Amino acid sequence: MSWLRQLFTRRQIYRDLSEEIQQHLAEKVEALMAEGMSRKDAEYAARREFGNVARIEESGHEPWMWPRAESILADIRFAFRKLRHSPGFSLTAILTLAVGIGANVVTFSVLNGILLHPLDVPHPENLLQIGENESYPDYRDYQDRNQSFSGMLAYKVLSVGIGINKSVSSSWGNAASGNYFDVLGLQPALGHFFHASEEHGRGSAPYIVLSYDFWQRHLAASPRAIGKIVLLNQHPFTVIGVAPQNFHGTDYFFWPDYWIPAVNAEQVTGWDDFDWRRHRGFTLLGRLKPGITRQQATQNMEAIARQMAKQYPDDEGLTLTVHKPGPAGNSNDPTKKAVLGMTLLAVLVLLAACANLAGIFAARAADRSSELAIRLAIGSSRWAVARQLLTEAVLVSLIGGIVGTFFARLLLAAIAQIRVSDFPAHFLIAPDLRVYLVAIALSVASGIVFAILPARQVWNTDVLQSIKSNYVAAGSFRRFAMRDALLFIQVAVCTLLVTSALVAVQGMVQRLHAPLGIAPGGVTLAQVDLKVAGVPDAQSRIVQRRLLDATAAIPGVTAAATSDYVPFLGIWGWGVYSWDTTQDTPSHVAFSAICYSVSPGYFHVAGTHLLSGRDFTPGDKLGAPTVTIVNETFARRLFGTTRAVGKRFKLFQPVRLEIIGVVEDGKYADPGEDPEPAMFIAYAQGIGPYVVSSPITVLARSSLPQDQITRALHNALSQVVTTAPINVLSWSDAIDRSMMPARTAAVVLGVMGLMAALLAATGIFGMASYSVSKRMREQGIRIALGAQRYQVIRSTLSRPIFILLGGSCIGLISGLLVARLLARLVSFPSTSDPLVLSCVVLTMMLLGLASTWIPARRALAIDPARLLRES
Amino acid sequence: MMILQSLRRQPMHGYALVQHIKQRSNELLQVEEGSLYPALQRMLKDNLVKAQWETSASNRKVRAYRITPAGIKHLEREVSSFEQMLKGIHLVLAPAES
Repeated sequence: MSWLRQLFTRRQIYRDLSEEIQQHLAEKVEALMAEGMSRKDAEYAARREFGNVARIEESGHEPWMWPRAESILADIRFAFRKLRHSPGFSLTAILTLAVGIGANVVTFSVLNGILLHPLDVPHPENLLQIGENESYPDYRDYQDRNQSFSGMLAYKVLSVGIGINKSVSSSWGNAASGNYFDVLGLQPALGHFFHASEEHGRGSAPYIVLSYDFWQRHLAASPRAIGKIVLLNQHPFTVIGVAPQNFHGTDYFFWPDYWIPAVNAEQVTGWDDFDWRRHRGFTLLGRLKPGITRQQATQNMEAIARQMAKQYPDDEGLTLTVHKPGPAGNSNDPTKKAVLGMTLLAVLVLLAACANLAGIFAARAADRSSELAIRLAIGSSRWAVARQLLTEAVLVSLIGGIVGTFFARLLLAAIAQIRVSDFPAHFLIAPDLRVYLVAIALSVASGIVFAILPARQVWNTDVLQSIKSNYVAAGSFRRFAMRDALLFIQVAVCTLLVTSALVAVQGMVQRLHAPLGIAPGGVTLAQVDLKVAGVPDAQSRIVQRRLLDATAAIPGVTAAATSDYVPFLGIWGWGVYSWDTTQDTPSHVAFSAICYSVSPGYFHVAGTHLLSGRDFTPGDKLGAPTVTIVNETFARRLFGTTRAVGKRFKLFQPVRLEIIGVVEDGKYADPGEDPEPAMFIAYAQGIGPYVVSSPITVLARSSLPQDQITRALHNALSQVVTTAPINVLSWSDAIDRSMMPARTAAVVLGVMGLMAALLAATGIFGMASYSVSKRMREQGIRIALGAQRYQVIRSTLSRPIFILLGGSCIGLISGLLVARLLARLVSFPSTSDPLVLSCVVLTMMLLGLASTWIPARRALAIDPARLLRES
Repeated sequence: MMILQSLRRQPMHGYALVQHIKQRSNELLQVEEGSLYPALQRMLKDNLVKAQWETSASNRKVRAYRITPAGIKHLEREVSSFEQMLKGIHLVLAPAES
């Protein structure tokens, strides 16, 4: 601890030293005076013999200092002073960097959370996903035939109403193969897990494992929860265990509330998954055997897929890939692409910011060139001066980084709060250590990047020249200087960002105005799941009828209908076969169509126009000919014409449908989607042996205020269905919600574009005004020699404008490429609209003009006589 | 070494130390008086000497330096290695003289 004590006593030591020296001098003076010298002479002589007091004190301090650390500290203090002296500059630089680094911290956090973070299970590195969506019979075959995996698990997502102590809430979980937890290698936080050995055929394992969060939220973390009976869609399941706290399932966004054995899934959902080779609803994960590489596993699985494709007609064309689980492993994952796209843009913004700051710093260094030259002249090493500049830059960028990270954290906290309906989607993007390290690295790196240029200037400073003429090396203005390259890069990057921002915003506007094929205004939706309510299939038509009647009876409701799903709120589809197909194998599917199972009057309530034919009537019921209404795209795809009434097609054996009407096209999942084929069937008829899916969405058109109709609808329906939660919302809200990703993307792009525009403006302005001020004298001489105004302007501004034009062209071209990429990522309509292009060009030109105008005026206002006299 | 040797004889303050060295060396060693102080600071840091403010015989406030046991050890080591070196130099130079 002596160094610590030393730190505090140092001041005392220094004081002692200087007092001692003073005493020494005094004593010497006395001695000399005793020898007969006058006091004045004695003082001179004493000082002469003693040597340089300041230097000796300095070197007396040295033993007590840590030379390197202290000189760096001194550098930092000096840098602070310098920055305080030019607050405008410091603030601009810090804010610029804060924006650049903040944007990067946000995108990196998301990237980190989604792509880099492994699953929270032991040895995540040898856990691989097999295929995308697989069927349970296929899963069993893979399990038996493969030689690469020591264990293979299957699971699917399940939405149920979960009843605990008589209160029912909707909840999402996993139905998993019995070996799920064993393959993952997890230990329960409480109780035990289910195992493959406990399964003895369907419905044999009515056990449920709860997630830690769910256990805390709904069972107050009580240890007595084990053995408790909970109702899943009114079927009893015994709680046998609680999963570990940090285990959130094996999907990245979706955190399941519970896990049940897949053998009991049918009991809950009514869907028979086990023998349907064509029903591909499961996700498969496998643990590699020791010593097996991913390559070998892939070859193994590919061979199995080929075998099975030959063996089973339903597996025709089956292929299998083996990859890392989650978005990271899937090269086509839209989330991954979007995140990577955003990261690219954020890096570009930071690059533009760095280029900008490099320019500013270089200009500052040049302005300070005489100061720096003096420091070099009196013996400071070049390294020391360069280090000083570097310290200043890194300091600025660190402060910028801290500010940026702070705002990034706020933004991330807001993003983490985003919830899409009751789906337990979580974004694990809280910044962790890795994120902070990246933030610091980015700050320091960008500091160094933009300090290199000024430091290089210091290196090349000709001390004599600089002091003599207070003049920057002329050479840098003759050739194409580094600074010009920087400005060029900056303009190019900024144009790129502005282009993609405008393209995105335009795409968004187009999307907002795209016809939806429905009139959602004034329509309120109420969703209830009959499966959740425990309604047996046979009675679901009766309950649907009662729901509809209860809705129609509400005063103020002008029209009511039901559907299973509605556009923008759930989706379901079937593969369509043409009438004369004899084989219903996957390769003979004409296309797959979105399917809604609706009541008569649905089109009237939804506001969808019937173009030809008729609507469903109460006569379209069980036993009557099975009929359907299709949209224009469907008709065109299958028959090549929209005059399709009376034509027929098949879904699967033995479902044959006759078209009785054609409706206008619409948007079904996303306002930006391409026209999709859709078909509507009568709820009363179902599809073949099935009463189509269990959710019922009641649509009520009414002119009542929203809160009033919401309440009325909720009251009326909860009297009909008492055992399931009822979710009421306006259709417009549902659509708004589905547009949120696109909106967010547009806003992010817009903000980045704006930032880029600002950066470009300051960069061009800085460059132009700098070149004017540095060539003031030259221009003065030109004017004195009789140069015309336009000649002066041309000589000062030709370079910035040339750079502006060149950079804009490059930026525009690359911007269009990036925009095309982005369009694919966030499904914006891709565009090379001349309007957008001319907007970009105009924007850049205006920016260029505005930011060169002030320097140009300064160049013109030069009074040669005064200028020449002054220097 | 000279400083430590002087201090070993008796504690002294800076000025006295300078005068002492000058006298002992018969004014052969002409050093800048001030250069003594950085050296003293280094020794203080290395704990070879200790310093204390005292009042001198001439009623002046002076900072007297005293050698520490560590200083004595250091001095002996230095002196012996210096003597070794001198001996070495002497031996090398001797044949040339004879």
